[in-house]
Amino acid sequence: MAETDVVIDFTQTDEQQMLRELVSKWLGDRSESERVRELMDTEDGFDTAEWAELAEMGLLALPVPGELGGAGMGWTEVGVVAEEMGRRLLCAPWLSSAVLATAALLHVRGDVADELLGQLAAGERRATLAHRPDHTEVTFDGSTVTGTAGFVVDGVTADVVLLAVDHDGGTALVAVDAADLTATPLPVLDLTRKQAELAFDGAPATVVASDADGVLERAATVGAVVLANESVGGAQQVLETSVQYGRDRKQFGRAIGSYQALKHRMADTLKHVEAAKSAAYHAVRTLDTDDADETLVASAIAVSYCGQVYEQAAGDNIQNHGGIGFTWEHDAHLYFKRAKSSKLLFGSPTTWRAALADHLGF
Amino acid sequence: MAGSDDARVAEALDRLLTDHPPADTPHQDFWGAQFDAGLAWVQFPEGRGGLGVNPRFQAVVNDAIVDAGGSISNRRNNVLGIGMGAPVLVTHASEEHQDRLLRPMFTCEEIWCQLFSEPGAGSDLAGLATSAVEEDGTWIVNGQKVWTTLAHIAKWGLLVTRTDPDVPKHAGMTYFLLDMEAEGVDVRPLYQITGEAEFNEVYLDDVRIPDEHRIGEVGEGWSVAMTTLSNERVAIGSNIPERGDGMVKHAVAAWQEHGGDDPVARDTLTKFWIEYEAMRLTSIRANANRKAGNPGPEGSTGKLHWADLNKAVTEFGMDVKGAAGMLYPKGYEFTAPEASGTARDESLEQLYLRARANSIEGGTSEIMKNILGERVLGLPGEPRVDKNIPWKDVPRG
Repeated sequence: MAETDVVIDFTQTDEQQMLRELVSKWLGDRSESERVRELMDTEDGFDTAEWAELAEMGLLALPVPGELGGAGMGWTEVGVVAEEMGRRLLCAPWLSSAVLATAALLHVRGDVADELLGQLAAGERRATLAHRPDHTEVTFDGSTVTGTAGFVVDGVTADVVLLAVDHDGGTALVAVDAADLTATPLPVLDLTRKQAELAFDGAPATVVASDADGVLERAATVGAVVLANESVGGAQQVLETSVQYGRDRKQFGRAIGSYQALKHRMADTLKHVEAAKSAAYHAVRTLDTDDADETLVASAIAVSYCGQVYEQAAGDNIQNHGGIGFTWEHDAHLYFKRAKSSKLLFGSPTTWRAALADHLGF
Repeated sequence: MAGSDDARVAEALDRLLTDHPPADTPHQDFWGAQFDAGLAWVQFPEGRGGLGVNPRFQAVVNDAIVDAGGSISNRRNNVLGIGMGAPVLVTHASEEHQDRLLRPMFTCEEIWCQLFSEPGAGSDLAGLATSAVEEDGTWIVNGQKVWTTLAHIAKWGLLVTRTDPDVPKHAGMTYFLLDMEAEGVDVRPLYQITGEAEFNEVYLDDVRIPDEHRIGEVGEGWSVAMTTLSNERVAIGSNIPERGDGMVKHAVAAWQEHGGDDPVARDTLTKFWIEYEAMRLTSIRANANRKAGNPGPEGSTGKLHWADLNKAVTEFGMDVKGAAGMLYPKGYEFTAPEASGTARDESLEQLYLRARANSIEGGTSEIMKNILGERVLGLPGEPRVDKNIPWKDVPRG
């Protein structure tokens, strides 16, 4: 491997910093714990008025070219937004529509894709992607699809579902309208991110691109890396929550954060969270390059490591809080569940590590 | 203002690299010129190896020297002087001492060591017992120091002593420069679990130190020592390994030789490789943020992370070797190597043993976690039971 050619650049632009502040401020107003709990109890799991605000701020189409109504930025900026959203457990079909479906459409482009990208950017429609080939069994006959797709993020609320199907000896990307399929909500562990099982029974399908080789791999890589950035935001948040509790909570006449048993655990979390940030920031930057090898290496590192770190941090956060951390009333379980679900959404860490091990020749 | 500092550093750097091409200049000559150019410690005053600018420019300077084919190995080879002694001198020492000592320190003509730890004062450095008693303008020093890197080749030592046992421990210490060639200084190699002696014990038996070698006021040794320790992190510098290099390389080699097709071991190995790379990326990120004048917690976690990981990965590598992991082919013959620490490229079994020290040397992992917890995260400190009682009444042992 010519590792010396790999570009590693953690520069943060002023634009990215402004974006971070914008999102953080908006989330501060909108995504309070009470609001998260309200939305997670609904079937749709999000608020359409908030979705319109996200569209207005341009946050639905950051990496989409300007001529299609996007911001013409990159996935690096998407990562910044994801990190802030992860801190506050935003309930919105952003990962499915603005990341997964958008990545698939940007991979194929063409008239149909571009029109849909414009609609997604404007918030007029929401799309998702059946991103798990291991849970998708769909046949395409040239005009309709039949079969099932599992673990589709926001599959109940998406207006249009994208599928990668076998076609003419290759892969085609097709779109099915929500009205033409049956969506059954899945009983998800993480209530803040909805998933569905979809059934297609001769559903009319529009061909978005007939030559869409690699679309699922690309979209899943983008989705997983953006989710890794969301996860470091969540991990940072639970660490800060634990630290605050360590200062406030007194037992045996002392703040519990003065005990090394807790202090040392939080220091370990800090160590892992900082390393996870580095992995996530580097990986998301590779998405904006043409370096396929480095994208593979960096995404395997980020996805497997950040997933593991978030779960550990969120679990430790429950422990650091003692009894109150195990109650429904406390937010610790919301992060813990988001962490576990995020770790598994794009395949287990073991799967990602196996791909990396193959690449490294282990 | 920042813009003009940028220009000054760039100009000085440009002139240094043009007048003394690092690739063709003997290291010591280059370092001398670097000192004279004010690029040794850029934050120091002019004439003392600096330009009086923000220390973040040092990373820019170091990278440029390395890129031009030069060496910054003096920072490693004389780390206790350049990294820790220099800030003490420039903050607390007399003009004469600064003029006399800084330049030969930077060029490595005079090596420095640090005489802090004692058999009875490890993590609790402020509990140290080596005594210094004044007699007619001369201090008589008695005691024992330990884990003294480079003492056997050092010209100067940074020494902390107990000058008043009747006050609380932090108040009764005094800091000195010790001439390592003085009578009564006895340096003995300290053999460690590898059979090597990278460190020394230093016995001080009625050693006489002139009062002009006292640094700071009598009783203020602790705050002077803190100048040293707070610079420890800066001293470690920006030496970033290649991807896949370092200890994990040896585990990969063991896997390739002995691993077979065990999928569990393969996954474990990959996990280690990933964590080393995440840690390496963190060093790169910390370096970038430092250069941009925006350092954060990412610059403080490396020591702890590295120490824990080195122990774990070498342990794994030995397991992968199977029965061969029970062998130590090099043997335990007592030796005193030239280079110190984990910088050397050694065998896996040697590194396996050497790595045990990584979580002890330069601050134990427990102390590192206290520092991260209290200074970075802002958690409250442990109650101190020895804080307000005279040092002589504090239980020791």
